Amino acid sequence: MELDLSPEYEAFRKDVNRVLTENAHLAPGPEDKGYKNPKRLAWQKFLIEQGLTARTIPKEYGGYGAEPDLLKSRIIAEEFARTGVPRALAGQGISMLVPTLLELGTPEQKEAYIRPTLHGEMIWCQGYSEPGAGSDLAALRTTAEEDGDDFVINGQKIWTSTAKQADMIFCLVRTDPNAKKHHGISYILFPMDTPGIDVRPLVDMTENANFNEVFFTNVRVPKSGIVFEVNKGWQVANATLTHERGMLGDPNATKARFLELVELFRTETLNCERLMDNPLMRDRLMKLQAEVYAMQANGLRVTTASLKKESAGLAGLIVKLMGCELNHQIAGLAIDALGELGILYGEGDHLRADGSWQWRYMYDLGLIIGGGTAQIQKNIISERGLDMPREPKPARA
Amino acid sequence: MEFALSEDQRLLQDSISGFLKDAAPLDVIRKIADGDAEAAAALDAGIAEMGIAGLHVPEAVGGSGLGLLEACLVQEALGYAVAPSGFMAATVAAHLFAQAGSEYAGGIATGDMVFGLALTELVSRRDGAGVMSTGDLLSGRSLLAMVPEGATHVLTADGDGVFHVVDDWSAAPMRTIDRTRMFQELVFDRVESRSEVMGDDGVLAAARLLVAADTLGAAQAMLDKAVAYAKERKQFGRVIGSFQAVKHMCAEMAAKLEPARALVWHAAYAMDTGDPEAFAMANLAKAHLAEVGTFVAKISTEVHGGMGFTDLVGLHYWFKRIGVNRQLFGSPEQARKTAAELQGFVEA
Repeated sequence: MELDLSPEYEAFRKDVNRVLTENAHLAPGPEDKGYKNPKRLAWQKFLIEQGLTARTIPKEYGGYGAEPDLLKSRIIAEEFARTGVPRALAGQGISMLVPTLLELGTPEQKEAYIRPTLHGEMIWCQGYSEPGAGSDLAALRTTAEEDGDDFVINGQKIWTSTAKQADMIFCLVRTDPNAKKHHGISYILFPMDTPGIDVRPLVDMTENANFNEVFFTNVRVPKSGIVFEVNKGWQVANATLTHERGMLGDPNATKARFLELVELFRTETLNCERLMDNPLMRDRLMKLQAEVYAMQANGLRVTTASLKKESAGLAGLIVKLMGCELNHQIAGLAIDALGELGILYGEGDHLRADGSWQWRYMYDLGLIIGGGTAQIQKNIISERGLDMPREPKPARA
Repeated sequence: MEFALSEDQRLLQDSISGFLKDAAPLDVIRKIADGDAEAAAALDAGIAEMGIAGLHVPEAVGGSGLGLLEACLVQEALGYAVAPSGFMAATVAAHLFAQAGSEYAGGIATGDMVFGLALTELVSRRDGAGVMSTGDLLSGRSLLAMVPEGATHVLTADGDGVFHVVDDWSAAPMRTIDRTRMFQELVFDRVESRSEVMGDDGVLAAARLLVAADTLGAAQAMLDKAVAYAKERKQFGRVIGSFQAVKHMCAEMAAKLEPARALVWHAAYAMDTGDPEAFAMANLAKAHLAEVGTFVAKISTEVHGGMGFTDLVGLHYWFKRIGVNRQLFGSPEQARKTAAELQGFVEA
């Protein structure tokens, strides 16, 4: 057990902290909204140049090109949380597609896509879920039929975030309808402006269209968009899902959010009393602080296991479930702390933090469900972590 | 950076666990709970031979000089086995004495001194209990004192939070739900304070952290038992562990317990390294393990169905261990209040 960093890493931490605080004025503010906003792209470029994002991605593909060093990555994440300086761009292209291409993409795919994706110039959406294929993703039915050098795609995707803004999609399609369900799937990339694609926004409980439905009618796309091999898409997707689950439930993001909640408790008053001085509310805050500490310590365990190239076991399997749940609870407590003013939303006087606590409370519910529902996570924890038997498959009708 | 147990730490925990597996199986625990003094003495002697009493005593005065992290690993193993032991009392006393540079620490390491704790009133005064100090004399009562068989000294605290060592008291047993461990009502009637020791918030933090570690062990045992039972018990022609309703109960226990383990380690490490957040973290660990432990105790019992409720299976020993731990050295609410005060969120 050694949590003190060596002088080299301490120096690195100081350096990261200095770069972030000295350049915070370059970071986009809340007014710099929208994908490809120039200020956001410039900030992203700056962070890549400084090695604060896309750190281990080779220079030839537009990354910073550092040797993988988990500890350094961790320090960077911690310093973003500590300083509150806006983070680098994220999203499914950067977090999921880029690692997948690095692992399984052709040289042409890497060349064409990684650099613009990292720099926020190329937006991606993920075409996985379908109306009939949610938790049972491998039941997907969108088809891709071979026709010369092309595939012709027909079907429907749902829960596709950023489909409206996306330049490209990474998509799971059924290329062999006769194979067993996991074996007939391919992973394919194509432009979203291909004729025959219809994107319909799906307004959710936050009043925004965070997700979309995407319809494909005779969408003709080149075969060169296949990643890895035809009918091997399930393996490719599994590589990507690992990245998604790593993304959801990051304890540093949770800690940053908790610190905002502490600030709220210190500044907001109810009947002339600080919320922090209200014993009932404070007790709830402290309950969550214990969980935040626990998830951070758990994160240290997971990092240590990765550094040693060992499996983190249960400590790793529980992160998505517990992290997303904790985020949701933090937002819920903030709303209760604001009480009557906590129900305000959208615009107007008296609104706190732009209504973001309510937004998070609702959006986080989406994250508890998405990326593998809480129930799927519990199946994984019990089967892989506790070695409990799988649910027997029902006999085929 | 490395957040994992060292080889030595794993060996320490394995050796204690291994010993307890042989020396404190359920039938021995049952005998102790039924008041079999011989069984209790045999287990006590066996634990004493492991030489853990002086684990947290500085090397300079004859102890092993190990930290609270190692102490928590031992306490976790004791909780896992629901084994009664004076280890917690010895360690809390050693922690105070080491900080204060008191010579009593050495006596704990040699085994010449066996300490009990009468510290309940440091955090919770009820039924008129409490200890008053007048001059060198102490008077008053302390409820639910943890005094091992053969104790030579008791560590108590007066109304001003000053610690005292006494070697004279009268005791009456207090029966709790947990019959494996002895709790007593101590009466001090103008007894001499052998030593007055000033301690900081770290004493209570250490005591609470050890209770958290004990609960961690007991809860891990209850999870392991639930999973094992669910893999073996059949209903509707299948093992019940293949039903999602049951699997999810087990997953929820594991999902809460695994980060709680990391929290106990982290708090103990912080205490050992003088991290400024250490005391708050230790208090939160106590509160958090109380909540997680209570959850696991209930759900594990439910996974066992009717058998979990019986004396025959004996799961209730773990249930009760966790139930008692939840209240020792203050409720979760009290520990959270302490944590808030320590961080300056509110005035103490």
